[in-house]
Amino acid sequence: MSDILEILLTANFWAAALRIATPLIFGVLGALLCERAGVLNLGIEGIFTAGAMAGWMAVWLGAGLWGGVLVAALAGAAFGLVHAILTVPLGLSQHVSGIGVTLFATSLSYYTYRTALPDVSSPPRIEAFQPVDIPYLSDLPFLGPALFQQTPLTFLALAFVVVVAFVLYRTPLGLAIRAVGDNPSAIEAQGLSVTLLRMGTVVAGSALMALGGAFLTMSAFDAFFFGMVNGRGWICIALTVFASWRPGKALIGALLFGAFDAFQVRLQTEVGSVIPGQVFLMMPYLLSIAALVVVARKADYPRAMLKPYFRGQR
Amino acid sequence: MIRFEPRENVSSARRVGAPVAAALVALLLASLPIAAAGAPVLEAYLLMARGAFGSVFAFSELLARATPLILTGLAAAVAFRARLWNIGGEGQLYAGALAAVAVGTGAISAPPALLIPLVVLAGAFAGGMMMLLPTLLKVRLGADEVVTTLLLNFVVILAVQMMLEGPMKDPMGMGWPQSEPMLDEAMLPKLLERMRVHSGLILALVMAVAVHVFLKRTVWGFEIRAVGENPEAARHAGIPVTATFVRVGLLSGALAGLAGVSEVAGLKGYLTADLSPGFGYTGIVVAMLAGLSPLGVVFAALFIAGIFVGADSMSRAIGVSNYLADLVVATSLICVLVSGLFVRFRIRLVTPKARKADA
Repeated sequence: MSDILEILLTANFWAAALRIATPLIFGVLGALLCERAGVLNLGIEGIFTAGAMAGWMAVWLGAGLWGGVLVAALAGAAFGLVHAILTVPLGLSQHVSGIGVTLFATSLSYYTYRTALPDVSSPPRIEAFQPVDIPYLSDLPFLGPALFQQTPLTFLALAFVVVVAFVLYRTPLGLAIRAVGDNPSAIEAQGLSVTLLRMGTVVAGSALMALGGAFLTMSAFDAFFFGMVNGRGWICIALTVFASWRPGKALIGALLFGAFDAFQVRLQTEVGSVIPGQVFLMMPYLLSIAALVVVARKADYPRAMLKPYFRGQR
Repeated sequence: MIRFEPRENVSSARRVGAPVAAALVALLLASLPIAAAGAPVLEAYLLMARGAFGSVFAFSELLARATPLILTGLAAAVAFRARLWNIGGEGQLYAGALAAVAVGTGAISAPPALLIPLVVLAGAFAGGMMMLLPTLLKVRLGADEVVTTLLLNFVVILAVQMMLEGPMKDPMGMGWPQSEPMLDEAMLPKLLERMRVHSGLILALVMAVAVHVFLKRTVWGFEIRAVGENPEAARHAGIPVTATFVRVGLLSGALAGLAGVSEVAGLKGYLTADLSPGFGYTGIVVAMLAGLSPLGVVFAALFIAGIFVGADSMSRAIGVSNYLADLVVATSLICVLVSGLFVRFRIRLVTPKARKADA
């Protein structure tokens, strides 16, 4: 018991939790934006992959790290636009379109990577983001090492929590986004375009998702691997429900998830000889299912989610 | 302005033509990535066609590849009919394969006439059970089945890895994480000498016809379709919606489980953790291309299998990455989704003048 407490009280543990949480923060923020506007975006898993590949490749071709981040976001926005066109003006099944975008973005990323690098035995590496050291602040006890061992993308993710919360709750645009996912005809009555609002939000949300992928190849690792996203996108969809579509709760949910994951990794080093490693690897997925099940009964889905809107049709 | 006007009657030619056109468009669009890779486009298509249909061997490969796709396609089609979004075909396939191996590698010794049905039933049962959990979570607790089935895919594959590195590891496997080989008596017979096509294909075709009859001619099948059309109306009409979801979940999972059985007991003869290159997910594309029709699934599976087998062969010949096949499959899903618009709606270009006249 005291061992467990000891783990939980180290700064390194929380540093790891925040690191694991970072791509999920991006992903959940992106997913909740789309869903707040009434569009489920199951393209997320593929958009993660596309962001990871495009960002990495841009850096590898010499675009610089922030150039890579920009390219990743643009790639995410492009696939988001595909999903937005299919689901908003065309009103096609959001489930099927999302799966389609995931398959499309994933296969296009893999094809591009394989075509650019036909036969490499080990994936080429880039100079990834390094932890930032902020004078004085980094020297704070506990908080310093936990927070300031992070790379710039983690800070970007935390900044986006604030930005998304501010936009959603403190600006007319945010009000419109929330309304268009709950009651699109009210938006129409205001003289605003449901189509443009939904499409814009889906594109922006998808760009955020892609940054989650970019974190994987540009911060967590320094190379692109096939299958590296490994269900993180789907985990984000579950966490979005858990976070009841709120940016603040999204941060807490992602951090809790990161803490659980960091904890089981440490537990694995303690008891790994008795329990097969796969049991630990299953934990994130089982945890996400549990998170979904716990809140499912009282989940307050945006009321117009999954429902296409056609002008003049009631 | 573009206006969608719903069609009152949709001709069956249009219903069949749309997905065929979508598949052809997706296939044509493949020329872009082929050209981008700097390969000769026409030659690539020719090599793909030859790889899929060019010889008895090629055709046998195509049929062998289509077999699991028919089964996972049926699994997706039947579930989607009830709007139960089972995206867990991949996991259910592995559950079926695991059960087939558990029964068929020596736990029971019996003559083929007894052992093969046992292996098949065990796989179907395991697949069905795999889908029972998310279905119950949906109907009892309201947990979205899309997310739970997707996440369970990862859990099942890890469970398979665990079994293959642990209790089910082949002691004679030179340390590789693979199961013991299936007993000869448990293997589905080959259909052609020295070819890989096996009687799992017959099983898949029988299931396609059976699911077709089930949906069209039985009360339970009618209830599945009714729930898919409108769950609220179905409930008011006295259809047991919960029970229908459970039934369709079990059936869908069982069909995906059979795909696992067919791969292990028909093709590979033992289980590894890379048994399926995403047959579960590709099954969704197959089902959509088929317009969720069980008989259409057979043709859609043949088309998709042709893409995969053809692309593999083309890739070996001129070095275009065989991820091209996945790209074509993904594109055809998007194309068929869009093609649905042309089936359901008459698409009119409305000029401002005409609009004024309308008003």
